[in-house]
Amino acid sequence: MNNSQSNVNHEPLLQVKGLETAFSIEGKDHNAVDGVSFNVEKGKIVGIVGESGCGKSVMSLSVMNLLPKGIGKIRNGEVLFEGRNLEGLDDKEMNKIRGKDISMIFQEPMTSLNPVFTIGYQLEEVLHNHFKLSKKEATEKVVQLLSAVGISRAERIVDEYPHQLSGGMRQRVMIAMAIACQPKLLIADEPTTALDVTVQAQILELLQDIQKKNDMAIIFITHDLGVVSETCDEVIVMYAGRIVERTDVQRLFNSPKHPYTELLMGAIPRLEEEKDMLATIDGIVPSLTKMPEVGCRFANRCPKAMKECTTVTPKLAKNEEGHEVACLLYETSRPEEEVLR
Amino acid sequence: MLKYTLRRLLGMIPMLLLISIVVFFLALAMPGDPFSGEIDPNNTDPEYIEEMREKLGYNDPIHVQYYDWITGFVQGDFGKSVKYKIPVSDLVAQRLPNTLFLGIMSLVITYCFAFAMGMTAGRRPYTKLDHFIGGFNYMMLAIPSYIAGVFAIYFFSFQLGWFPFNGSVNIAVDEGTLDWWLSKVYHTFLPALVLGAMGTASYTQFLRNDIIDNSNKDFVRTARAKGTPESRIYNHHILRNSVIPLITFLGFDLVSLVNGALITETIFTYPGLGQLFLTSVQASDYPTLMTLTLMFSFIVLIGNLIADILYGIVDPRIRID
Repeated sequence: MNNSQSNVNHEPLLQVKGLETAFSIEGKDHNAVDGVSFNVEKGKIVGIVGESGCGKSVMSLSVMNLLPKGIGKIRNGEVLFEGRNLEGLDDKEMNKIRGKDISMIFQEPMTSLNPVFTIGYQLEEVLHNHFKLSKKEATEKVVQLLSAVGISRAERIVDEYPHQLSGGMRQRVMIAMAIACQPKLLIADEPTTALDVTVQAQILELLQDIQKKNDMAIIFITHDLGVVSETCDEVIVMYAGRIVERTDVQRLFNSPKHPYTELLMGAIPRLEEEKDMLATIDGIVPSLTKMPEVGCRFANRCPKAMKECTTVTPKLAKNEEGHEVACLLYETSRPEEEVLR
Repeated sequence: MLKYTLRRLLGMIPMLLLISIVVFFLALAMPGDPFSGEIDPNNTDPEYIEEMREKLGYNDPIHVQYYDWITGFVQGDFGKSVKYKIPVSDLVAQRLPNTLFLGIMSLVITYCFAFAMGMTAGRRPYTKLDHFIGGFNYMMLAIPSYIAGVFAIYFFSFQLGWFPFNGSVNIAVDEGTLDWWLSKVYHTFLPALVLGAMGTASYTQFLRNDIIDNSNKDFVRTARAKGTPESRIYNHHILRNSVIPLITFLGFDLVSLVNGALITETIFTYPGLGQLFLTSVQASDYPTLMTLTLMFSFIVLIGNLIADILYGIVDPRIRID
């Protein structure tokens, strides 16, 4: 798992640079994603972790250019896919990429499929969007895809409607739809959150299988650190629209640096320990309109908070091991002028 | 579905029987009888009127009258119109095609306008165009048809002379020829427009709201994420979901197709069932009145049945067995 060996002359599959996505609330723009930069290498699984409201989903929608029109917009930054800037592409250009090079699966398999169209029809649509296929070829391909995601009665499922399937089956259909055009990048936005634990494990396994087979990169958005430890190569921890920590998965679990990450890990229930109370993090993520202007955004909930945490904004910086963290507990995170002083 | 339909049809029988009783007694409760207004009491021997009353059974106890009427009715004998002196079935057969023609034409007008406007407004919510369409529709809804009808006749018939203001066809043209059909369309257009414009508002706003509602659904996001063009998302993914609630309206509309438009038909002196209904009430023409009322009730029930069956066809989540 030596993922961070990105050599200089090779280009990452996806580069997000200084992304700022804002939502307009009562006429004022508020950044839901505030200056996020990261790369996704070809064929790697990058996990993005954080509580609800941390800007994980907004970030993924920004990459796909799928922000709700008129409400959300990208204010700053670039999204480069294979070196091409997706920012500013019109819908027509973007539609050639969506579903083909980058595809997405969502949290709610119950509502993510159109209730009035058959499974087969909805799967064929993605093929027709990107390839010229005859009806027969498309149907064959759909049956193939459904079998590939582990649906045993694929021939019959094509004529069924979403409400006739269970949640796990629907998520499999969503995955089949997402991998139909063999995308280079799959964004999975909490794909297992709405599912039973046993089904969760199956879906994760399926995603990993497909990832290996197709050599596809995955951005795995979740708030479940357990899932991250099993699937991801690299982990990005987000809090209130910013990245607070980033490193490879082993290092993160062995030595979490940011207090937020430590607390998140403390909140994972473990089978071997006997506990009456599950550890939680007090408070909630500040809402967009109440975001502090300066300082660490986690300061008000942080047990290790110092005085300066509310006045000095920490920057995300790499230590000598390549472990990135944004917390004033670490010298590297102090803004330059601070270090000089 | 066949079983379901049959069950529903059978269920209508007691319902219709109840309606017939209510309608019958309501009709008898109206002041006067078919003779009042038809016969000048000053010129006619009162004994003769009394004799006729006795002969026609108007002096029988009410339950006997009802029994006489309903037994004839279920055997297909709807009686003879007191006013027009011909069997009611012939009378209805004469008027029904006109009413159907007007109803279908107005429905087509409603649908064309409503879908065009509703889809436009739903795709661009809260824009100037949307507000304009909304304002226009509410204005049309607010104008009662008797005013819209009169104004339409004044402008389009009297001032501009574009359309005729009465009748349903040019009687000089041979029935069944192309000219005859064209003349029918020509005569029906104006009342159909007035009638159609009225229904447009509710359809349009319903469709608009439902399109806006559906455009925020997760499945729309999925469709976008797989690279579906925006026009296809609206005209296909969203519209297909948004027509489902409109089926309820369709059930009502099927009724109005046959019911005829009382006010509009009267203003345009269009010989349809609505007009017939009105004259039969005025003349206490019991046989016609009762036949029409029962027919309308039956059609309301059928309209609802058709709407329910359509739900099952349009929405795969609803199963009818």
